[in-house]
Amino acid sequence: MNPRFSGLIIVVALLLILASNSLYVVKETERAIKLRFGELIAEDIAPGLHVKVPLMHQIRKFDARILTLDTPTESFFTVERKRLLVDSYVKWRIVDVGAYYRATGGDESVAHNRLSTRVNGGLRNQFGTRTLHEVVSGKRDELMQDILDDLNSIVQGVLGIEVIDVRVKRIDLPEEVSEQVYRRMTAEREKEARELRARGLEQAEKIRADADRQKVVIKANAYKQAEQVRGEGDALATAVYAGAYEKDPEFFSFTRSLAAYQKAFSNKGDILLVDPDNDFFRYLDNRSGN
Amino acid sequence: MAWNEPGGGKDPWGSGQGSGPPDLDEALKKLREKFGRFGGGAGSGSGGSGGSGTGGFKFLPILLLLLVAIWALSGIYQVDEKERAVVLRFGKFVDTVGPGLHWNPPLVDSVTVVRVTEERQYQNDARDLMLTQDENIVDLQLVVQYNIADPKAFVLNVRDPEISLRHATNSALRHVVGSTKLDAVISSGREQVGVEVKERVQSYLDNYETGINVVKVNIQDAKPPSQVKAAYDDVIKAREDQERVVSEAQSYANGVIPEARGFAQRIIEEANGYKARVVAEAEGEAARFENLLSEYQKAPEVTRQRLYLDAMQAVMSNSSKVMVGADNGSNIFYLPLDKAVDAAPDAPASGTQRLTPAQMSTIADEIVNRLRAQASDNPRKELR
Repeated sequence: MNPRFSGLIIVVALLLILASNSLYVVKETERAIKLRFGELIAEDIAPGLHVKVPLMHQIRKFDARILTLDTPTESFFTVERKRLLVDSYVKWRIVDVGAYYRATGGDESVAHNRLSTRVNGGLRNQFGTRTLHEVVSGKRDELMQDILDDLNSIVQGVLGIEVIDVRVKRIDLPEEVSEQVYRRMTAEREKEARELRARGLEQAEKIRADADRQKVVIKANAYKQAEQVRGEGDALATAVYAGAYEKDPEFFSFTRSLAAYQKAFSNKGDILLVDPDNDFFRYLDNRSGN
Repeated sequence: MAWNEPGGGKDPWGSGQGSGPPDLDEALKKLREKFGRFGGGAGSGSGGSGGSGTGGFKFLPILLLLLVAIWALSGIYQVDEKERAVVLRFGKFVDTVGPGLHWNPPLVDSVTVVRVTEERQYQNDARDLMLTQDENIVDLQLVVQYNIADPKAFVLNVRDPEISLRHATNSALRHVVGSTKLDAVISSGREQVGVEVKERVQSYLDNYETGINVVKVNIQDAKPPSQVKAAYDDVIKAREDQERVVSEAQSYANGVIPEARGFAQRIIEEANGYKARVVAEAEGEAARFENLLSEYQKAPEVTRQRLYLDAMQAVMSNSSKVMVGADNGSNIFYLPLDKAVDAAPDAPASGTQRLTPAQMSTIADEIVNRLRAQASDNPRKELR
């Protein structure tokens, strides 16, 4: 191999090494600090390509995006001493790179650790002064805002970070309490079911009773009307009879009696004991009728 | 990211990517200088002189050109209609480019392509229990549909924006459900929960500057937990029972009332019939009587006698009779009691003991004796 060619390669290699040690890129998503023999000389270096002196300068870069701290489930007590399992998360971001580096050495897990402790403390305090109802429903926003303000007043100066949001992801009841809730829910539903059925029976009974009443009323009214009609008929008939029979009451009673006798003795089983002296038998014994 | 950290270099491309282009430029300059120095030889075309020793230098420019060409070509990329590309030059944001064919110097620029218009989905866990306002527990499934409104923010602002979306969704969902009563969550208020969750998630995500746009939050399923499902189902059954019982009663009423009306009509019609009959009979009988009366008045004695005898004839011929002539000795006896009893259509039925002929004649004798005794006490007997 040509010595000049190999020399060239060596030069190129050296230049590459030099460049790789003296040039650095800060990305849009990062924040960087420059250390000179461990001393912080520049912070908040803008994104882009930058130059440094190898060996003398050290560059540390941190994620400047919004980061998430997902806290493990913790149990807290409310003011009425109810235990709750709470799962929360924190959104935070580095605002003061220098302070952040000093406080954590740039280690995210250290920052998480510190934050986590404070968030837990904040939640514990907030839960401890509120009822379950307040925590679960209406007051969540208020609660979160309180914790957020507390956290920011502490961590911004100390850790160089800004907490953007603290949110409770889940608030769950412990298993044994859940069972009670289920039992209560079941009991409520049973109550409702029973009431519904009873209401159904009530309505049904009302409808039946009403129907029966209507039936009786309809029949009674019909009876009333029928009796009136019959009465009218009887009255008319009576008037007609009276009108006719008045003309000769004696003859009426004679003919009516005869008709009645015929009707009364129309049965072969009737046995008459008759006296031959009777007018009817006047000629039976005696031709002259005496 | 790690490639130009001090003391890095785990990546073999590490140094090349960060500082490659300036190096290459410099290398080219150096090479040109070298070529220039022994340009005489090269310029005069004395290829032969370098035949053995400098053979590599002949191909070196070609090799370099080839490298440059490869470098340049690798900077061409395509952005689809549904995508946007975020371009960073030496880590610094320069542009967001739209669909089409683009070129950016590789190694200098880094391009992140994001699918923006494509609808993405996040679905929560299969069995997600949460507390409601009335401290009940509900099992709720939802799907969040979202896309990327701001690719720059999506790429640069937040680490794991989609995990942020999940967290925000879980928090917002529990907040909204925690402010809603169970009945509303599982029935009528479901839509409203979806709308509120969407607003809330969007406000959280805007606060984090994720560049995510929540399109819709669908509450797919909201039901009571499996532990109380049976009780809830029973309520539904009870509601059906209620309706069933009521409609049964209704059908009873529907059956009974028309029947009663029909019955009523029958009674009334019967009464009308009775009235008509009674009146008609009265009129008929009255007319008959009047007619008879007018004839009777013409010959009263004869008519009276005739009517009497007619009636007596009918009476006598239609009934059994015993003639008892007690006082005047004209002993006419005819007592067909046994026949009379036999002939009676309503003779004593089974159960009542039937009389034997012997008994019958005994009874007949007894009656005759008694009548005789009575007749001797009271001589005048009348027709009964």
